[in-house]
Amino acid sequence: MTILARPISLGTRQALWAWAFLAVPVVFFVVIRFWPTLHAFYLAFTDWNLVAQPNFIGFANFVRAWNDPVFWVAFANTFLYLALGVPISLLVAFAVAYYLDQVRFLHGFIRALYFLPFLTTAAAMGWVWKWLYQPPPVGIINMILGAVGIAQQPFLRSTSQALPSVLVVAIWAGLGFQIVIFLAGLRAIPETYYEAAKIDGATRWQTLWRITIPLLRPTLIFLVVIGSIGFLRIFDQVFNMTTEGDGGPLNSTKPIVLYIYQSAFRSFQMGYAAAVTVVLFLVMLVITAIQLRLARVK
Amino acid sequence: MTKSKFPAKLGRRDVFKGAAAAAAALAAPNVAGAQGPVEIEYWQYTFEVRVRAIDQLIERFQRANPNIRVKHQQFPYAQYRTKVASAIPAGEGPDVVQLFYGWVDDYIRANLLRPLEGDAFNPAVIDREFFPLVQAMKREGKYYGVPTAVRSLALMWNKRLFTAAGLNPNEPPRSLDAYVDMAKRMTQRDAQGNLVQAGSAIMPDGQDLGWYREVLVRQFGGQPYSDDARRVMYNSPSGIAAMTWYTDLIKTHRVGDVGFMGEQPAAFRSGRAALCVDGSFRVGAYAAIRGLDFGVAELPVHNNVRSNYASYWVNGISARATGAKLDAAQKFLAFITTPEAMELWLQVVGELPARVSAAMTPANINHPQFGPFIKGLEYSVATRFVQEDPQRQVLMDAIDRIRLQNQPVAASIAQAAAAEQQLLDAFYRA
Repeated sequence: MTILARPISLGTRQALWAWAFLAVPVVFFVVIRFWPTLHAFYLAFTDWNLVAQPNFIGFANFVRAWNDPVFWVAFANTFLYLALGVPISLLVAFAVAYYLDQVRFLHGFIRALYFLPFLTTAAAMGWVWKWLYQPPPVGIINMILGAVGIAQQPFLRSTSQALPSVLVVAIWAGLGFQIVIFLAGLRAIPETYYEAAKIDGATRWQTLWRITIPLLRPTLIFLVVIGSIGFLRIFDQVFNMTTEGDGGPLNSTKPIVLYIYQSAFRSFQMGYAAAVTVVLFLVMLVITAIQLRLARVK
Repeated sequence: MTKSKFPAKLGRRDVFKGAAAAAAALAAPNVAGAQGPVEIEYWQYTFEVRVRAIDQLIERFQRANPNIRVKHQQFPYAQYRTKVASAIPAGEGPDVVQLFYGWVDDYIRANLLRPLEGDAFNPAVIDREFFPLVQAMKREGKYYGVPTAVRSLALMWNKRLFTAAGLNPNEPPRSLDAYVDMAKRMTQRDAQGNLVQAGSAIMPDGQDLGWYREVLVRQFGGQPYSDDARRVMYNSPSGIAAMTWYTDLIKTHRVGDVGFMGEQPAAFRSGRAALCVDGSFRVGAYAAIRGLDFGVAELPVHNNVRSNYASYWVNGISARATGAKLDAAQKFLAFITTPEAMELWLQVVGELPARVSAAMTPANINHPQFGPFIKGLEYSVATRFVQEDPQRQVLMDAIDRIRLQNQPVAASIAQAAAAEQQLLDAFYRA
């Protein structure tokens, strides 16, 4: 009672109100995000199969992943998506944004066209592209190739072409977002720098390298981090574009997230799937930490 | 510290009182339920005709048993297995549940299904009256599930394409050799060599794996698994010969390819494939397509061996059903496996009665479309799966390695057999 009688300071009161407003999202995150995440760490050490009671089995799931060739294929594929996807998408997005920034005619319309795929459901996009990639009686791309005298390509049906074919769609899907962010970054660079450069007689190339790109650094870092996380957890495109969503042919397009999904919801090995999820979590953590560390270096 | 903001203070006693009242309110419906009609839940996956059939059966059942109410729940197939698997262990969900026969082992092991008891489920009677493949549901002398319907494979052929190729549209291939010959005659490619009409649909993602395991392997003189289902045996000269025959359709005879015209069964459905092997559940869908004039025949024979692959969904009683609910569940399960229910299922869904007497009626045997499937049931085998999906993937990969990477058939089969054996070992060791 003595506590209650004491007047509350303004600072405490503000803090209390802040917490009151934060309570809902905090509870939401704890229940929907953090608790399941922690639970996944626990499941990673069990043999839970969804039906029976989980038994603690130590590191057996991790040992199994280490010895499973498919795990390593999926791992390698994931890094291929990352290593190809991030630089290519950034390069294309920057090129489009750079020139779009200089276009005044129909600027808004063109920007909207680029942004459109980002609004489209990944599943719908995957299915449409899957049909575009089909052999002749169905697939438009192959029909065009045939019309100009280029040999038919198997695309999604070949173990070597399938991954790039899926990647193209994933890059295209995210392009609109990256372009809009780049455009915002470009607009944020003060016009005075360019005027000064012009007066000093700098070439376009020098202006690009000495002014535009260094000043876009925060934008670039943001897009690299977001893009990397996106490609590390690529799933929708692969799931919708491959036969029965199996990441084939012969695992050639299977990323780690799809491998987790299959372990969990096709084989019902929840414990094993949780273990691989933990591995993916740690990999993402390390990569993001490295990127942020590199970004801090002046 | 913030208590002073709330004028109404809750005493500890009030909190307890409130909790007690809430508990009483929650418990109340249960008490009332004991006096009123018993409600049981039935679960299956969403498939329009199946839903319609069960709704009709529930209506009849409730008319006969006014004090039982059956609540019918369905979920899309993609989520069905997860829903069932998470609900039952949590003590939620269905009293009577439909499961694919290949999943049942997991449920029996985890004590989530009750063995069926009572006169209606006398094992000796089920053994005698149902098709033998249903015996896969028996563990230590007790049945854990009974199907309403079963499905088998048959050959389907497009009569229009037969006529166009100068073949008799009423004479489907009766042997594997004739199958290849006819398929070759009906295959068409454009100037660049692209397939425009397939002699045979190739559907490893459809029913072809069942055709390979239980039919082709046996026809080439082998058997797919040991009798106790614990050992993979298709890694044998016969298993390799059977896979060679199958993949030769793609590679040597070039009469079809995986994914031609998109996902299965698009090729046959769009009239671009002349022959295909598929299940009885497809008949209804094909019959509804205008301009698709097709016939159904028993699977082609080879070396005088006839075989067929059958599969089914069983109805079981979940461990959650007890007391009055258990009685009601048993009654309902018995009802949906009567010959009358099976007849209704055949008419509405197009799946075949699981009881021999209900299936082998003259009308059914002579039915132009269901007849061949029903005849096939007599000599069909149901594969004992431990993990249906991964086991399927193993053979699909084997076919892809041969098709896309030119791996020799023997090596590909050896690799598949080793991988599948690992799955079996892991299951039986546990």
